[in-house]
Amino acid sequence: MPNQVKLKIDGEYVEAKAGESVLDAARAAGKFIPSLCHVKGLTPVGACRLCMVEVAGIPRPMPACTTTVQDGMVISTVSEKLTRYRQMIMQLLLSERNHVCAVCVSNGSCELQDMASKLGVTHSEFPYRYPRLPVDASHPRFVLDHNRCILCTRCVRVCAEVEGANTWNIMSRGVTSMLAADLNGNWGDSETCTMCGKCVEACPTGALAVKGKAVEEMTKNTDAVSRLATARGGTQQ
Amino acid sequence: MKIRDLEALGEVRRQGLAKYKPARPRIAVGLGTCGIGLGAEEVYQTFVSAVEALGADVQIVRTGCFGFCAEEPLVNIAIPGKPLVIFSQVKPEEAEHILTDALAGTVDQARALCKIQSWDHLTGVVNFGEGFPGIPEWDEIDFYKGQKKIVLRNFGLIDPEDIEEYIAVGGYEALLKTLRNAEPERIVEELKKARLRGRGGAGFLVATKWESMRNAPGDRKYVICNADEGDPGAYMNRNQIESDPHSLIEGMVIGAYTMGASEGIVYVRAEYPLAVLRLKNAVAQAEAYGLLGEDILGSGFSFHLSLVEGAGAFVCGEETAMIASLEGRAGRPRTRPPYPSEKGLWGHPTSINNVETWYNVPVIVSKGGRWFAETGTERSPGTKVFSLVGKIKNTGLVEVPLGTPLRTFVYDIGGGTGDEKAVKALQTGGPSGGCVPEEMFDTPVDYEALAQLGSIMGSGGMVVMDEDNCMVDVARYFVEFTHSESCGKCVACRVGLDHCLRILNKISEGQGTEADRDALEHLGPMIRDTSLCGLGQSAPNPVLTTLRYFRHEFDEHIEKKRCSAFVCPELVCYYIDAERCKGCMACAKVCPSKAISGSRREVHNIDQERCSRCGSCCSVCSPAIAAVYRESGGITRRIEPRKKAKRAGHREKTP
Ligand SMILES: Cc1cc2nc3c(=O)[nH]c(=O)nc-3n(C[C@H](O)[C@H](O)[C@H](O)COP(=O)(O)O)c2cc1C
Repeated sequence: MPNQVKLKIDGEYVEAKAGESVLDAARAAGKFIPSLCHVKGLTPVGACRLCMVEVAGIPRPMPACTTTVQDGMVISTVSEKLTRYRQMIMQLLLSERNHVCAVCVSNGSCELQDMASKLGVTHSEFPYRYPRLPVDASHPRFVLDHNRCILCTRCVRVCAEVEGANTWNIMSRGVTSMLAADLNGNWGDSETCTMCGKCVEACPTGALAVKGKAVEEMTKNTDAVSRLATARGGTQQ
Repeated sequence: MKIRDLEALGEVRRQGLAKYKPARPRIAVGLGTCGIGLGAEEVYQTFVSAVEALGADVQIVRTGCFGFCAEEPLVNIAIPGKPLVIFSQVKPEEAEHILTDALAGTVDQARALCKIQSWDHLTGVVNFGEGFPGIPEWDEIDFYKGQKKIVLRNFGLIDPEDIEEYIAVGGYEALLKTLRNAEPERIVEELKKARLRGRGGAGFLVATKWESMRNAPGDRKYVICNADEGDPGAYMNRNQIESDPHSLIEGMVIGAYTMGASEGIVYVRAEYPLAVLRLKNAVAQAEAYGLLGEDILGSGFSFHLSLVEGAGAFVCGEETAMIASLEGRAGRPRTRPPYPSEKGLWGHPTSINNVETWYNVPVIVSKGGRWFAETGTERSPGTKVFSLVGKIKNTGLVEVPLGTPLRTFVYDIGGGTGDEKAVKALQTGGPSGGCVPEEMFDTPVDYEALAQLGSIMGSGGMVVMDEDNCMVDVARYFVEFTHSESCGKCVACRVGLDHCLRILNKISEGQGTEADRDALEHLGPMIRDTSLCGLGQSAPNPVLTTLRYFRHEFDEHIEKKRCSAFVCPELVCYYIDAERCKGCMACAKVCPSKAISGSRREVHNIDQERCSRCGSCCSVCSPAIAAVYRESGGITRRIEPRKKAKRAGHREKTP
């Protein structure tokens, strides 16, 4: 269905494929929209709330990743309010768990860190919550550090949608939400995990990492995951 | 016995009427959860044994709730040819007396709450009879004056466990008419004329939703009834199902036919066991009578209805979370669009409507959309049921035309706080709503007017607050609720509410700063604007409205470390006035932290270090002595006895 639609993003006319998300269309047109939970090819979920944009006619901001383009749509990706909200959300993320870059395997190649600096956020105005969270090092190849998890569910989706293993899920609710392997067992004891490592590659932070990496040594290849997911036809929302 | 035509329905109607308006006295005990909670089951059993003991020819039935929950157990007596008489606060020991009176063809007129000479069930009128001039007509007493029973048309009158009584008052005739006419588009037209809006909170136009469902492609469609009512203080939907389950079923079958759905689900809270029981029973009866299931009323149309019990998550009341829950996934919402009417349960078009929305459907079909739109306001026609609770004398279910001012609820229907305390605010819309201050009680209740005040109508909870409520604490309470019910999917709600709660805790503990208060004002709009679903989008409302209308209370907590309502434990100290203390030991005995010293006939003293500020001492110190007093931020208050106002049901006995 090569149906084209025309929309206006920040005053410029942009062509997009019908059914495409506003995020994809805007990015294809060279716009910067921050996001952390989105990986092209995986089902968009709208969890991180960083990609909020303003759509003319809709009173509240909409997440670009889960909003489908429509002919004649008028969108702004920048405004004073959006910037403020994005900065606040970034601060909420930084304050939620224990993001201590200096001791993190992903320091220097962390999407959370990059995004914070792109948004000009150097620290959180909200008090840090400093929760005590466990580290699951039971897996032979990988390690899960809940302290660094931002609950973006990229791992959950890549595991379910690309690998088909459904090892990951989110348990509990609210601030007590936690990533859980199988029925909340040790990752190493998981009967479904195929050890493919796609979750690690998809993880935007140092929460999922290859065992044995020291500070700053962990780099991720999210693009490869995205290509795989897209090549499989992606998942419709 | 399956009903297939008007004649057969008429036959059942006659049989039902013989039960509803029998040729012998009928005693109906209000056995909704509200009545049962106040001992109605025992009253019912006492009537049963009394009738057996006397071998009397009297019919005893269970009925639902007639709305006046504060006056439960409500019992209504119908003596052939006489008005239906309602008694309030009936005690088991009164049963025999009421029964012998009824057998003698009379009632104790001074003891009665009100009477009904003729009742318009809207689908049919029932004339009970005239007489008993000493008893006021039901709509002459304060609580019912100004109420209009459209949704509650059958409540507390018919037996909810007997389909024939529902049919007796004209039930299922709207369905028969709908299937006979076979013009589903006409139903949508009537709904358009009625301008009925969803009663689940958002107030979405029902006609629009149904039309898009009708037009959605696909031959598998679902209709769902949202009975996951979870707002603190709200119980309209529970009583609706308990008191009149067939109106719901009829509404849903009509809806399913209109929208082309062949399957329906009622998603009801598992915490509502009686509603579940009565609805299951009603479904089985409707199936047996050919009003549900295969080939309904011989029309060829089939519709199956099942019940799913929710596991107790507030967020599962949100429609996309409900669908996820029904599909066996964790109840977390997803972004809309696509709306359920495009892509709902198992990917098929689905229409989700609130319980009360469905209740309006049969009436609109039978009386027409124009008739419906005559009640209420231009943009919000019809009535709405509210549960009026909190610091109010007449608690209960109240159904009034939309557009009725808040003042009417609190003072005319509710009768004020019931003591000399002043009403401070009214909380509408539950955890998604806001607190409206007394000065604004002239605001009419409709979707737009309440939104303008920063509150919402929501599903209909109304909690009255008086000067003993601390507004900081109220905001804290509701945020604690939404915080613990947040699904955790989106950052704004998950972490944003956590910060809000921490700040509110700090303020109520006297540790707050002006910067904290300002942070709340920053966080609120962000959470509202960027949260994924309605839970987060509305969760800041209680905070933002209290900040707007009761800012001085926040400032007092912050600057003076004072809680003028003496609610926030960290800011309240308890002392004993040595001049007044008689050394009776009452307080010392109940003190859980053993903080009170002094033996019998000795002046007691509270050790402030040990005191846990529970306030037990205050509640046991005799009001006549009133030695215990509270202090907060430099102001003190003694315990004052709460003067109970006279109950509505207990008028002076005429000698
Ligand atoms: C957190 C949350 C809780 C909700 N709870 C309920 C509920 O208990 N009952 C209900 O009918 N609607 C509830 N809703 C609204 C539903 O999502 C939906 O709008 C409604 O059922 C539609 O029915 P209506 O159009 O008849 O109002 C809730 C919404 C949210 C965001």
